Amino acid sequence: MSTTSSHPNLVALLTIARREVMRILRIWAQTLVPPAITMTLYFLIFGSLIGSRIGDMGGYNYMDFIVPGLVMMSIIQNSYGNISSSFFGAKFGRHIEEMLVSPMPNWVILGGYVAGAVLRGVLVGVIVLGIAMLFTHVRIPHPVVTITTVLLGATIFSLAGFVNAVYAKKFDDVAIVPTFILTPLTYLGGVFYSVKMLPDWAQTMTHANPVFYMVNAFRYGLLGSSDIPVGIAYALMIGFVIVLGALSLWLLKRGIGLRS
Amino acid sequence: MPMSQTPALEIRDLRKVYAGGVEALKGVSLDVHPGDFFALLGPNGAGKSTLIGIVSSLVNASSGSVKVFGVDIEQDREAAMRLLGLVPQEVNFNFFEKPFEILCNYAGFYGIPRAEAKLRAEQELRRAQLWDKAQTTARTLSGGMKRRLMIARAMMTRPRLLILDEPTAGVDIEIRRGMWRTLKEVNAAGTTVILTTHYLEEAESLCRNLAIIDGGHIIENGPMKTLLAKLDVEGFLLDIDGDLPTELPHIEGVIIHAEDSHTLDLEMPRAMVLNSVFASLDGAGIRVRSMRTKTNRLEELFVRLTGAKEVAA
Repeated sequence: MSTTSSHPNLVALLTIARREVMRILRIWAQTLVPPAITMTLYFLIFGSLIGSRIGDMGGYNYMDFIVPGLVMMSIIQNSYGNISSSFFGAKFGRHIEEMLVSPMPNWVILGGYVAGAVLRGVLVGVIVLGIAMLFTHVRIPHPVVTITTVLLGATIFSLAGFVNAVYAKKFDDVAIVPTFILTPLTYLGGVFYSVKMLPDWAQTMTHANPVFYMVNAFRYGLLGSSDIPVGIAYALMIGFVIVLGALSLWLLKRGIGLRS
Repeated sequence: MPMSQTPALEIRDLRKVYAGGVEALKGVSLDVHPGDFFALLGPNGAGKSTLIGIVSSLVNASSGSVKVFGVDIEQDREAAMRLLGLVPQEVNFNFFEKPFEILCNYAGFYGIPRAEAKLRAEQELRRAQLWDKAQTTARTLSGGMKRRLMIARAMMTRPRLLILDEPTAGVDIEIRRGMWRTLKEVNAAGTTVILTTHYLEEAESLCRNLAIIDGGHIIENGPMKTLLAKLDVEGFLLDIDGDLPTELPHIEGVIIHAEDSHTLDLEMPRAMVLNSVFASLDGAGIRVRSMRTKTNRLEELFVRLTGAKEVAA
């Protein structure tokens, strides 16, 4: 019989999270370096070269204004990409079976993968924000809002990436969603502009975009201003976490894409 | 039922219909007793892997029940899985990880603390003769090493029931015999072992009981000795001193034909005394220099059972 811990689920969750972190560090050139390079280029081109001709936006110079959106964009893309590629890779390589035959409850499997993806999102966010602070005057006036928004945003897109990976049957399936859904949502979520610049109909449509709430809550945390009340952003982000978390657990329980 | 009498594996009326309508299991019932070394045999597509998949919770059953040491896998999956170890047919560890990490992580999934997992990983890797490969990327291991690593991984949790799905497929004879020794040790230490294999001499030499599954049904189930005793004929190859005569002798009840000019192929009832056969051969001027059993007995039984069913179908 196994000599199990008095908290076997905690041990199991930490094992998955640890394995994910080891994976992120093992392939650091693919996971940590590209966002740093991309964001440095964004700041140089959009912030410095083009931004200096745009002038102020939302009461801030353009380079400061785009920092929250760009950092949040990195967090979203990396959280999503981490879990979708890692979980689908485990399915593809069949080592997901190591977990499926174990006594781990489904919430531990989900929690471990989400923890790993959120950690990558946070790690990338810290790197990108560090680079941003070299170029701008952003200084985090609301750290609690900043941290909670990062965690909620990373969790939402980790869960979305998990759902994508569960349904994916080939590697193309985990690449299609970021290209055709995630990128448009991010670019149209107020990363590069204030929603107040848009016509009424476009403003209304933007309110259906979850990225818009994350970017604005994060902008409040970093700059102290937002296009929407932060409370509404929190309510919606928590709502997304609950809905996507419930969907993920349901998929695991039914074994969709995992058990025949 | 007293605890000692609780089957290690109790399957009742298990059915599986895959999406698309393929009926892989058509009401399988089976008991495997604690401490047994049990063979589950069947041709390709018979339902063996589906059965193992359901027991290890990788496949959802359509109906029926499975209990591991009395624990129903539907009602208390976590407790049942804690008792079970699986060595699957296909290699299913992360090729980019190292054997030591693979074993420690696997133990972690079962809630075994890291410090304990590291100790066990060293023990199991040494037993599998893989300790020198502990920090090598798993994809560089040979086929035999990968299979030994999967056995070592399953043993990390000290399972009471170990299921091995063709663990020696594609492994050379030396490594295979090493794996047999390991499995015998594991079984002798009290672990119930269920083995599927296409090497029937492997099943005959290791297992005490067996079931043969074909077309989603159990068509035979019982002690190895009892089932082998059902074979009513035996086959031999006789090496002849000198050339065979052009006319072979007729021996009542014996089918006899020349394999080549120096070898006789002989099939006779098990109840028949060999001396009478040799006497008849001697009378015909045929001197036997040596003899060999023509086929593995279990293989003969297997072919007859599964082959007969195919003809009947």
